[in-house]
Amino acid sequence: MTDVSPESWMQVRPEGLYCKPADAFVDPHRPVGRAIVTHGHADHARSGHETVFATAETVAIMRTRYTDDAVTGAQPMTYGERKDLGNGVTLWLAPAGHILGSAQAVIEFGGRRIVISGDYKRHFDPTCAPFELVPCDVFVTEATFALPVFSHPPIEHEMAKLMRSMASLPDRTHLVGVYALGKCQRVMAALREAGYPHPFFLHGALVRLTQLYEGLGYDFGSWQEVSKIDRSDRDQFRGRVVLCPPSALADRWSRSLPDPLPIMASGWMQIRARARQRRAEMALIVSDHADWADLLETARETGAGDVWITHGRVEALEHALKQQGIRAKALDLVGREEEPE
Amino acid sequence: MERFSNLLDDLYFTNSSRAKESILADYLRSAPDPDRGWALAAIGGTLTFDLFKRNLARTLMTERMDPELFALSYDYVGELSETIALAWPVSDNPKRLNRLPSLSEIINEFNSRGKLGIRDYLIELLDAMTPPQRWALLKLGTRGLRIGMSARSVKRTLANMKNVELDVIEELWHGVSPPYQELFEWIDDRAPMPDISKRLTYSPVMLAHPIDVEKDFSRIAPHSHQAEWKWDGIRVQIAANASDVKIFSRKGDDISHSFPDLVEAVDFDAVIDGELLISRDGEIGSFNDLQQRLNKKKPTKALVQKLPAHVIAYDILREGNTNLRPLPLSQRREALKTFIDPRDPGRFSLSRVLPFETHADLSALRQKAADTGGLMEGLMIKNLSSDYVSGRPKHAWYKWKCDPHLLDAVLMYAQRGHGKRSSYYSDYTFGLWAGDGQLLPIGKAYFGFTDEELKQLDTWIRNHKQQRFGPVQEVEKELVFEVAFDSAQTSSRHKSGYALRFPRISRIRWDKPAAEANQLEDLAQLVDRKRN
Repeated sequence: MTDVSPESWMQVRPEGLYCKPADAFVDPHRPVGRAIVTHGHADHARSGHETVFATAETVAIMRTRYTDDAVTGAQPMTYGERKDLGNGVTLWLAPAGHILGSAQAVIEFGGRRIVISGDYKRHFDPTCAPFELVPCDVFVTEATFALPVFSHPPIEHEMAKLMRSMASLPDRTHLVGVYALGKCQRVMAALREAGYPHPFFLHGALVRLTQLYEGLGYDFGSWQEVSKIDRSDRDQFRGRVVLCPPSALADRWSRSLPDPLPIMASGWMQIRARARQRRAEMALIVSDHADWADLLETARETGAGDVWITHGRVEALEHALKQQGIRAKALDLVGREEEPE
Repeated sequence: MERFSNLLDDLYFTNSSRAKESILADYLRSAPDPDRGWALAAIGGTLTFDLFKRNLARTLMTERMDPELFALSYDYVGELSETIALAWPVSDNPKRLNRLPSLSEIINEFNSRGKLGIRDYLIELLDAMTPPQRWALLKLGTRGLRIGMSARSVKRTLANMKNVELDVIEELWHGVSPPYQELFEWIDDRAPMPDISKRLTYSPVMLAHPIDVEKDFSRIAPHSHQAEWKWDGIRVQIAANASDVKIFSRKGDDISHSFPDLVEAVDFDAVIDGELLISRDGEIGSFNDLQQRLNKKKPTKALVQKLPAHVIAYDILREGNTNLRPLPLSQRREALKTFIDPRDPGRFSLSRVLPFETHADLSALRQKAADTGGLMEGLMIKNLSSDYVSGRPKHAWYKWKCDPHLLDAVLMYAQRGHGKRSSYYSDYTFGLWAGDGQLLPIGKAYFGFTDEELKQLDTWIRNHKQQRFGPVQEVEKELVFEVAFDSAQTSSRHKSGYALRFPRISRIRWDKPAAEANQLEDLAQLVDRKRN
């Protein structure tokens, strides 16, 4: 009888989480032979792996972000499709609700099931498939916002705040800092649901990924690239939404806009000082991660007796889960950014 | 309360001072009395009472939340009020309020309640509020409001509202008090300007520039300048008339209540500028002595007797009805001399004028100050022709501080900073080697490094973590700081037995092995040498 305790076949290696019998890593942060990639954010999806198991959307995102041949041995999968990784290991992907194509990696071996959530959220998001709960023996969770201070408001609430501001400050360009993958498209979709009727103006760095979403059938209404609009015509930005990457908020680029109001959309915006560090004058709390209540609730709902924690506010989640009688432990993974989003 | 909370949010998130002033003016024009007066006091920092103790909020939190999770949250957020505002667990059966009380209703209600009542009321409000409203309440209640708006900017807002010069408001400001009804009646053109001529008010003090030896020395000569010791006490302004006495700190806070012995000794009608210190039988005490009397709202008789307050007077601004500020220093000095002469020498003395002929004499005097073991910080050098103006006029007064002492100490603990630095480990505790090979902490510093160095330090700390004690992160004892400080004294409050004055990081010694940092014995010798 072989030992099938989860620790024996799922291990922490310098490259990342490693499934030994399948000889495959999950979200490895350096090039490996076989990689299971949960989603397209850069600190999870690196280039240069020989074989990549991921959703078709994630593969498309990787090809957009890197070069076409950065993902040569791609094995695009649909949600729920079972793949035999050899040596008795089966892999399938379940929606994680984080961004387009994001998946939980469900790995089964020796009658046990480990679910690696990757990054996930349970709040509403029309730009990706909603999170699906998968019962399991071991749940490997993120902990980006794992502190009781994080309780994310509904996105409608934040969009209403933005709409109010545009009404009361019609002379100011509402310059919203968003990450290019996921956040940008979610904010656009949410603004459309809030009834924002005007074209969006996009910084060039947001264009390619937005077009990728459109190619996969998502519709954000009309939008234009800022650089394609003549300087003399930029007064039309006043009282409207211009989207840019966070780094451009305080950059020289923003000086060409009429009277910009720097706004940051991120889960970190719940902490005032973070917003001020960005010199944002308005903070929209828009998170693509689970908040404190959802992290605890989800871990419980999976019925997992063991919860492994990958990255974020690890200590708090470990402490709280242990108090609920769940065996929780922190995985010392390297290579995750301190504050991804 | 909703409006006040919205106002604070708007001010907090606005960058430019001008925009902040216009937001505040809009609020002050439209909000009702006395709410707007309380809001002005909260933002201008002139509230004189706490609604509840800072510790009450913390206690309520620890009763309701797992202490470990609370500590981690506080550590992460870096600021107590915001941590509580965000993580407050609402009571099981919260009392339902039809509406949030107004700002003034809240202030009156807290002030009318006893200890237990205050506790219940705070819970009731926190339960009913959104996180930003809770933040506003906690900041208001413990007078910890910092929204990046200076007192000067607040006054400028009022000046613009009334369309008068800033000076007009400056002069009125310390003569009026929250909730400022008479001030607003005047601003609204419903009443004449408040008459403050009979009130004792604080006059903003005159400040010195640090001397630039290369440039400024050539301007200094014995016939045109006077030199005085720069004592290490606190700057005070004593304002008195026939009926009242007030002692103001440098920032204009009324600290009379902490120094009843000094207030008692004031029998004059004048405004005096001087240094407050402890003096026993003519012997000046250290800053440590003084510190025991600062911030004591009601000092005990025993403490007052043990550590009597004393003022070394260096300027006089008004005597009787005569405003002396327009006179040159040389004449004010003569007036001051005559004025101080008949006073109780135990309470008041005249700042000595130190004779000098050459710049070498000044250097020698400065060295003498350095040899007092921190009693004196250095020299003041003042132009005899200078009139007394508020602020920091050029080439009028110079300060020439003693060179700091330097020691190489080892980083032991780090804590996250506050406000903008809340995501960085930016408060550092460092120590020296004791004889038994153990490190003992000698002080804490949170400035002296660049933003770039702060990032590097933060990364280093994250990679060298050891145990954590609440918000305090212990680190591996491997990094050496060159620490600068003005003086050192023995102290029973610290485990090492010493306390540093104005410690700051002068250099980060990435290259230096921790074992080669200074010994506690080196500090002991420094203190001993000073004493003799």
